[in-house]
Amino acid sequence: MKKSLRKLFCLGLAVTLVATAFSACGQKEETKAKDKFYIGGTGPLTGGAAIYGNAVKNAAEIAVEEINAAGGINGYQVEFKFVDDEHNAEKAVSGYNILKDWGIQIMMGSVTSGPCTAVADKTNLDSVFQLTPSGSSTDCIVNDNVFQVCFSDPNQGSASAKYIAENGLAEKVAVIYDSSTNYSSGIYETFKKQAEEDKKFEIAYTGSFTTTTNTDFSVQLNAAKDAGATLVFLPIYYSEASTILTQANEMGYEPTFFGCDGLDGILGVENFDTTLAEDVLLLTPFAADATDDKTKAFVAKYKEKCNNEIPNQFAADAYDAMYILKEAIEDAKITPAMTNEQICEKLMGAIVKLSFDGLTGEDMTWVATGEVNKAPKAVVIKDGVYVSYTK
Amino acid sequence: MKFISALINGVNLGSIYAIIALGYTMVYGIAKMLNFAHGDVIMIGGYITFEFVYALQGNIWVAMLVTVLACTVLGIVVEKIAYKPLRKASPLAVLITAIGVSYFLQNIILVIKGSDTKKYESVINVPNLVLADGELIIKGTTIVTIVTCLVIMVGLTLFINKTKTGRSMLAVSEDKGAAQLMGINVNRTISITFAIGSALAAIASFLYFSAYDSLTPMSGSMPGIKAFIAAVFGGIGSIPGALIGGITLGVIEIFAGTYISTNMSEAIVFLVLILMLNIKPTGILGKKFKEKV
Repeated sequence: MKKSLRKLFCLGLAVTLVATAFSACGQKEETKAKDKFYIGGTGPLTGGAAIYGNAVKNAAEIAVEEINAAGGINGYQVEFKFVDDEHNAEKAVSGYNILKDWGIQIMMGSVTSGPCTAVADKTNLDSVFQLTPSGSSTDCIVNDNVFQVCFSDPNQGSASAKYIAENGLAEKVAVIYDSSTNYSSGIYETFKKQAEEDKKFEIAYTGSFTTTTNTDFSVQLNAAKDAGATLVFLPIYYSEASTILTQANEMGYEPTFFGCDGLDGILGVENFDTTLAEDVLLLTPFAADATDDKTKAFVAKYKEKCNNEIPNQFAADAYDAMYILKEAIEDAKITPAMTNEQICEKLMGAIVKLSFDGLTGEDMTWVATGEVNKAPKAVVIKDGVYVSYTK
Repeated sequence: MKFISALINGVNLGSIYAIIALGYTMVYGIAKMLNFAHGDVIMIGGYITFEFVYALQGNIWVAMLVTVLACTVLGIVVEKIAYKPLRKASPLAVLITAIGVSYFLQNIILVIKGSDTKKYESVINVPNLVLADGELIIKGTTIVTIVTCLVIMVGLTLFINKTKTGRSMLAVSEDKGAAQLMGINVNRTISITFAIGSALAAIASFLYFSAYDSLTPMSGSMPGIKAFIAAVFGGIGSIPGALIGGITLGVIEIFAGTYISTNMSEAIVFLVLILMLNIKPTGILGKKFKEKV
């Protein structure tokens, strides 16, 4: 019995050894001549933030198919590869290493802020140009080579405060934020600052939670209710928000809920009662019901590809990101034969001169720090779909 | 009103901690080991109910029964495979095995079900109690949780003190060797302890997830740790201690969040634990054993 076990163990070792030897061979063919643009990205395809990653992947694939069908960029086809990072910084870095072995030239990612920040340090070292569709933290764009398609977190916070004030949505506002993520606390800080400057409404209560205390919101909701808040600002991700909505409903508290792009995806939580999300407001640059031709065409294509699923803001960001890259590459007259350093340098020069009309905004421009300028919009959830908010 | 509703929320959270803590305390008291996988059995219980009630459109009572049986079997299997071979090993080895089992269960579910959050629909359909013109709402789940907790507590105390199996558990807990000499089947007694502990985990899963509805493969670890603290707080090995420890912990947590800061509530809970253990190292109701030389 013991001997056979030992044999099995040796066999296992041998197999592993052979496998390692083969995989080492695989990495050696880096020096192939490039006749295509290799654009890669990472994002959560599984896990709690999977809705974002899948939206980005699908939309980017649609854009790449369109671009390739129309003759590619500067006459070269585009090859796109997307790796799962489970919304985890370490996995994103190892995902980026996989992309490097594959021959990545331009990074279109990562989808969420933490992983994006980690990958940005690596792309900076390797001089790979990076455009994140939705990594909204300012940490993402610390390096010169990284640019954003979405609003940065501080912008989301101040834009939300302005939006609430200008539309007179409430006089007393409560905030519940996640103090353990950069994303949430970043938005909260600028929201508070803007609200205190404008003095159009009062922040009556501020409550927080962390990733280890994200199941029981009775304390925060009771306090918000006692403070008389008629609007609760939720600069958090959708899975906690869905719990908050359920618990608020159970205790009979019915304020207006207002969130940022993190709430996008709340309708997709498995077994979540979507009627609870009725009238929830989100600050987002994209509304799938918009009637312009560009949005209509994109929504139709996305639905066809993804079993009738309606694209969210992340999908629109990714679709725009691909076309932004296309325009910038064309402006800078880049070819795939150039080295990553050359491509990166030329793109950094081209993107700040660009004025781009996309799904998520007209006349989008970029500053050298990596931030985007565009106008915010809000959507409201009605009958389980996002519609543009009108007062 | 703020005070009363905070108190009710605290007692609700505390009684769930107490039921989970019972599982820890029983196993520790009798087998003298910390079963860190206990929280993960709760998580698995949550998934089983979720699958049965919503995916298979089954009857809630059938789903609950299946969950209790499945968790009981899981507890016994884990004990037989992972803990029994280590009965004579050092306590540290057993502790590490338990942590290993905990990660194993989490990752198995992660592989099978993925880490997406699932919404657990409450299996407890008791209407909310509305008092003082809607100023004070006591949730149905809260009432059921507190009542269940008390019933289990009384039931277990009677079981241990009045039945033959219960008394053999007491004997094993005092002295394994002597119990064996007196004709008690030690292995069987420990297996029964695990079975009861895991069945309690299944019941805790109904109450926990009905109150806090998000279900992920990591859902069991935090309540598991908190309940372990509750067990230590009340005096590990003592059944009424688990109740007192659980409720004290839940109330402190909610009060700290309500009156001091939601940011600090966790820190305050652990601070109280440290102070408590400094003053009374055996916990509130813990027994002091004299070391025999």
